[in-house]
Amino acid sequence: MNAEGLIILLYVLVLASYLGFELIAKVPPTLHTPLMSGSNAISGITIVGAILATNELGYTQLSKWLGMLALILAAINVAGGYAVTDRMLKMFKKK
Amino acid sequence: MNIYIQIAYLVASILFIAGIKMMNKTKEARKGNLVSSVGMLIAILATVVQVQAITLVDILGCMVVGSAIGLYFAYKVEMTEIPEMVALFNGFGGLASVAVALSDYWLKTQEQAINVDAITAVSVALSIFIGGITFTGSIVAYLKLGGKISGKPIMFGGQHMVNLLLLIAAIGLTVVSIMNQADPIFILILVAVSLLLGILTVIPIGGADMPVVISLLNSYSGMAACTTGFVLNNNVLIVAGALVGASGIILTQIMCKAMNRSLVNVLLGGFGQTASAA
Repeated sequence: MNAEGLIILLYVLVLASYLGFELIAKVPPTLHTPLMSGSNAISGITIVGAILATNELGYTQLSKWLGMLALILAAINVAGGYAVTDRMLKMFKKK
Repeated sequence: MNIYIQIAYLVASILFIAGIKMMNKTKEARKGNLVSSVGMLIAILATVVQVQAITLVDILGCMVVGSAIGLYFAYKVEMTEIPEMVALFNGFGGLASVAVALSDYWLKTQEQAINVDAITAVSVALSIFIGGITFTGSIVAYLKLGGKISGKPIMFGGQHMVNLLLLIAAIGLTVVSIMNQADPIFILILVAVSLLLGILTVIPIGGADMPVVISLLNSYSGMAACTTGFVLNNNVLIVAGALVGASGIILTQIMCKAMNRSLVNVLLGGFGQTASAA
């Protein structure tokens, strides 16, 4: 990566971080845990990287196995994260 | 990269933002979670269409296995055990970021025997460092909340000094590994140091403070995904990771305030042992 590419990515990082700060400024206390769980599922976005890492040929390479390990773990994070958040929020509605 | 894939990643990023926003309101929260999961699905599909047909079996296989495990535990777990389950999922996400960064680094420096540039190498080291702490820290939080290990703070003399030395070692290992990319030993020691640091930073914190710690570790896993985005030069990872990283920090602070605690207080550990309910 060159310096110019880095600057563009840093812009993305700074703006997205600011957005993250602003987005949840007024969250009610009952939603703390669901929000934490829901954003945990979003952090499973690393699954995109895991798919790309698994997209290599041959099973003799460590990089391929690391990719597959990452993909299983990220899939647990994503599927489990969204499902458990939904379960929590479903319970809230009944109240 | 194909422009349609870029657009799909952009749409996914927008859905993540909209989803988090909706999760601020009790009435819209469940829909918000759904919106964010659609964003994730779009990001996954846009990535899967890029892969070679021959690796598709591996990819789908791993995703099916992981999703099945995740869904099984998400629905099986008791309502009261949900916070510790979130901690466990979060830890897996952190370890996934470590594995992705290490995989990319290993492919280039070992299998293809090329040196990566300094920006990529620092991003790899950061992903490993933050992701490693997230993984073992979350596992300790999971064990403490579940009562599988004592919720009491585990302290020993010179603990903060040991942590500081490990932090300095991590920085040193990063520098040395960038200068000697052909030798993988330094990056592997960095993995070990990060994993150890995750354990050591969470064990002195009391069980009652674990929800705050999980929230902080959740923020870390976002940052790990974000730095992995720098390794892979991928915007959707940076946006989603930064959103989680930043909102996680704010949420952690809000939770601390609600408990009448300061974040520094919680992180230094040794408190919270008086309240048994976690």
